[in-house]
Amino acid sequence: MKKITKKHRLAIRWFHWVNFPVLTVMIWSGLLIYWANDIYRLGWGDTTLLKFFPKSVYDALHVPFHLSTGMAFHFFFMWFFFINGILYVLYTIFSGEWRYLLPDRHSFKESLQVVLHDLHLRKTAPPQVKYNAAQRVAYSAIIVMGAGSIITGIAIYKPIQFNWLCALCGGYEFARIIHFALTIGYVLFFIIHIVQVILAGWNNFQAMVTGFEVEKISAIAEPVVMEEPEPIAPIETTEP
Amino acid sequence: MSRYLPKPEESVVPDGAVRKRSIIAFSIFIALLVCGGLLFAKLYNEPQSADNVQPTLRQGLKANERLFSLFYSKHREAKTFTKQDAATKVRVNGDVGMDGTLDTAWRLKVARNPGDTLVLTMDDLKKLPKTEVIFDFKCVEGWSQVTWWGGVRFSDFLKAYNLVPQTGLKYVGMITPDKAYYVGNDMPSMLQPQTLLAYEMNGQPLPQNQGYPLRLIIPVKYGIKHLKRIGVMYFSNDKPKDYWAEQGYDYYAGL
Repeated sequence: MKKITKKHRLAIRWFHWVNFPVLTVMIWSGLLIYWANDIYRLGWGDTTLLKFFPKSVYDALHVPFHLSTGMAFHFFFMWFFFINGILYVLYTIFSGEWRYLLPDRHSFKESLQVVLHDLHLRKTAPPQVKYNAAQRVAYSAIIVMGAGSIITGIAIYKPIQFNWLCALCGGYEFARIIHFALTIGYVLFFIIHIVQVILAGWNNFQAMVTGFEVEKISAIAEPVVMEEPEPIAPIETTEP
Repeated sequence: MSRYLPKPEESVVPDGAVRKRSIIAFSIFIALLVCGGLLFAKLYNEPQSADNVQPTLRQGLKANERLFSLFYSKHREAKTFTKQDAATKVRVNGDVGMDGTLDTAWRLKVARNPGDTLVLTMDDLKKLPKTEVIFDFKCVEGWSQVTWWGGVRFSDFLKAYNLVPQTGLKYVGMITPDKAYYVGNDMPSMLQPQTLLAYEMNGQPLPQNQGYPLRLIIPVKYGIKHLKRIGVMYFSNDKPKDYWAEQGYDYYAGL
């Protein structure tokens, strides 16, 4: 016999796995666009620590001279990114899932403890329900970043028709910088996310596909005591 | 955790049932991934039409155009700057249609109606009120530059030469004298008050490489639409030929 614990609802899994390839296409097509005016770098004065992007990166990804392709894909897939993101946010609000995802007043302190624990600098991890404090901060930040990409994206895409939005983003050129920086942020998020998923192991990963985590229990297990949740806060928030 | 959260739902099931549910879930997952990959490959490899872009993506660009045209207002103007903000070294980014130099023999030909072409000299244009615009010129490549232009407001030009009835048509087409570069712009964008038939840059006559003697300045569009060295202008309900749209770019290119 095995004990299965429901973890990710179908809708959450759907949004997650739709977002992954769509965001990949957005980053790829964005790179094709960025190449045409690739002026960003890390450095100061004449010193450049990192140029975005080195020729080797461009060549490996066949980036050069595909601006029109990049624009055509970017302005097509932006709708999937936008709609999927909006649906995800609405779903988390109306399903009550936001309770697991939004940081609370302890999360910022605890997320540091989680990081220290993950780096083996701290023995114990703070208590958690579905997501630990660092995950709450990261998964909420990524939504804010997504909103930022959409807002700065519109500001660059229609800077005159949405001139107030462009002004809100600090002007056309600054909006482009934020839009770019957020994309670098996604790539960094992705790298950490993958490492964490690998470290967390198969059971955690497969739950993002199946929806449940599996735990081995002995064949003649004593009946599992289903703890009655104390009916303090109802999870359903849809009803007025 | 300070806030109470419901405990996740748990159940005890036989091994076989878990395996079965996992296999079903992964089968669906992989099937969907493959479908998504195939759909993307189909889109990516779609035979490109004469306009150098996948027809589905062209439909997407057109759908965006229809949607954002709804929001368009000619009263929304590009932010303007002072003369001090304007670049002295103005970027030159295109030379198609600009072979050789033009002299005083240049004339602007305006096809008012079939068989009725207006022929104008630079002096004719300079008699009309001059309008200046200093705005952030935006290139489809991603750069922008504050530049200062002077010329005849397009809507003033139409009024002066009894071309107002032509504003009932959907597009204005423009072609260089050598016919190598050509653009089409929608009428609402052409009628925006910052759209100029420009003959000056930084208070001086246009340099040859900036479209001497007359070029289009249309701040609500990317630079690819600001045709340099206007030879012929015409009005049409059909989309005029457009050089960069034929190269796979968005026809609308509106900002």
